[in-house]
Amino acid sequence: MNPLATIAHGGSPLSDRNRVQYRTALNEALAEEMRRDPRVFVMGEGIAERGGSYKVTQNLLAEFGKNRVIDTPLCEASFTGAGIGAALTGMRPVVELLFVDFAMLVMDQLVNQAAKVRFMTGDQCRVPLVLRTQGGTGNGLAAQHSQSLEALFYHIPGLKVVMPSTPADAKGLLKASIRDDWPVIFIEHKLLYLTEGPVPDTDDFLIPLGQGDVKRVGRDVTLIAWSNMIPRSLVAAEKLAVVGIEVEVVDPRTLVPLDKDLILRSVCKTEHVVIVQEAVRRGGVASDLASIIQAEAFDYLDAPIEILAGLNTPVPFNLTLESACVPQEEDIVRAVKRVLSRN
Amino acid sequence: MPVQYSKLFLSGLYRQLYTIRVFETRCVQLYRQGFIRGYFHPYLGEEAIAVGVCAALEPQDYLTSTHRGHGHCIARGADLRRMTAEITGKQTGYCKGRGGSMHIADVSKGNLGANGIVGGSTAIGVGAALSAKLQGRDSVCVVFTSDGGVMNGSFGESLNLAAAWNLPVIFVVENNQYAVSTTVQEVSREPQLYKRAAGYGVEARRIDGNHVLEVYETASEYVRRCRDGKGPFVIEALTYRQGGHHVNDPGTYMPEEQKEHYRKIDPCRRGRQFLMELGGASNEEVAAIEAEVEQAMEEAVVFARESPGMDVQEFLQETRSYS
Repeated sequence: MNPLATIAHGGSPLSDRNRVQYRTALNEALAEEMRRDPRVFVMGEGIAERGGSYKVTQNLLAEFGKNRVIDTPLCEASFTGAGIGAALTGMRPVVELLFVDFAMLVMDQLVNQAAKVRFMTGDQCRVPLVLRTQGGTGNGLAAQHSQSLEALFYHIPGLKVVMPSTPADAKGLLKASIRDDWPVIFIEHKLLYLTEGPVPDTDDFLIPLGQGDVKRVGRDVTLIAWSNMIPRSLVAAEKLAVVGIEVEVVDPRTLVPLDKDLILRSVCKTEHVVIVQEAVRRGGVASDLASIIQAEAFDYLDAPIEILAGLNTPVPFNLTLESACVPQEEDIVRAVKRVLSRN
Repeated sequence: MPVQYSKLFLSGLYRQLYTIRVFETRCVQLYRQGFIRGYFHPYLGEEAIAVGVCAALEPQDYLTSTHRGHGHCIARGADLRRMTAEITGKQTGYCKGRGGSMHIADVSKGNLGANGIVGGSTAIGVGAALSAKLQGRDSVCVVFTSDGGVMNGSFGESLNLAAAWNLPVIFVVENNQYAVSTTVQEVSREPQLYKRAAGYGVEARRIDGNHVLEVYETASEYVRRCRDGKGPFVIEALTYRQGGHHVNDPGTYMPEEQKEHYRKIDPCRRGRQFLMELGGASNEEVAAIEAEVEQAMEEAVVFARESPGMDVQEFLQETRSYS
């Protein structure tokens, strides 16, 4: 059994599948897929003996050995490149980057190589690579360890982008990502690792990429968010419910492929849209979602789409300033009220 | 100790050398006629490296290539018809006309593809070797790179990874002495590039890259030692382009006396000499090989010319998986 579970549950029964940590769910996904498929292996910095900075790869070394749980030197571009080479030749690597910020060292490998090899070779090969990493603010880690960079990958045809917000999504989506034949950028959130939630207890628990989820049903406003903006939006939604505003919280879960239908169905029902993203406002995914919604559901909209996003600034170290940079619960509450006041 | 080569082996080498020579020369003509578009980086003058290295490989082996990759593709056994079709942008090409000269690949033969980014494929080759090791397969991966490529950080990182993990990788540095127009001396205090390997604990050798037998012997030794788990290795093969960086670069910066020197040690002509002097082939036998190669190339050109136009609808269908 996973000793993390004991820590996480503070002594509660290990069989309590209603309180599984996000990081434990990820760990389960890796272990299950590695058991199921000998082609799956993990590599990254400090992931073997140490079990990773966020303990996601804990105990994998003991079960699978050092050929399948590989510590790398600090050369993100080249060990990711090695993952691509391994993926092209029959393996299914899960490469871990400590921070999504470090992916900037790897952009050639991701953008020019992984995303395009299948295309450029006229479909002669596949790159079943998962790049696991984590992003976001919350711990005072300053400008180079706090970014939300999903828009960079979202922009590149040939990459899938997955951003789970709950333990169950983390598990089901990671398993599906590992089984996917495309390169997947799997971005976790540093504030979510210790969050808990129900996770089904079955090896076959998969969430298909491209299937969003309604995290809260509501009739008045469609609130679209992902990753750590989901728990924040759900708290805001409860506050709004007290004053009679019912928010529908839609989590696309995977930005590429995007569950457009789910979003549009909700928009057509509520006729009001707020998009909340932690990433900076300029050139973000939210802008693109807004353009899709206005193009495909313009006649249903009762008010301009409200985008609530991070400020266009590097993330400061100071915690007070840090929280001023990204949407907080009260900001979300205000944004929802603003969009409704436009009626 | 002199190595004995059979006539059959030497004629195989010469056939490959001459095929690359004819393919590139003919394609430059086609480029001038407008039948080939885009970038085209000829391998003319460097043929012995691809041929010598690939002759040392077995079917289960891999290679990663460069932007100057036609030679590697041919030496690894590609079909000239599908190559010509690819370089002329036809659906019948290796990459269905999606890749072209800079991205030509023949994955079924372990050729993981040319690469438009100098240094972009170095780590990918390390991954192919890692994959082979993890799967218990007896494969070696050759990473073709260049004097330009070793200036990129990926070379040091990849060499270190391959060394740390004892991977069966041979980094073949095709030192044609120019990164586009910049000489090695201008941008490196130590122009003997193979010496960089020592810092990573990797054995390396500088050889005459215009001498197909020297290339073959070095590559064979390293391939054998890779299979014994002693990899990686670095080969720096000294060579020279017969022209500029690409077809539209006249290479005016290349000194005449240097060009003349390398013309005298033309890898293709030397390969022919080896076949005749060491293999005892007659003029007629050599001429017969050359005629066959030239005919195959003409058939390839006809194949490309007669290949149907591109189906845009099929492409649009394909883009759905990217949206």
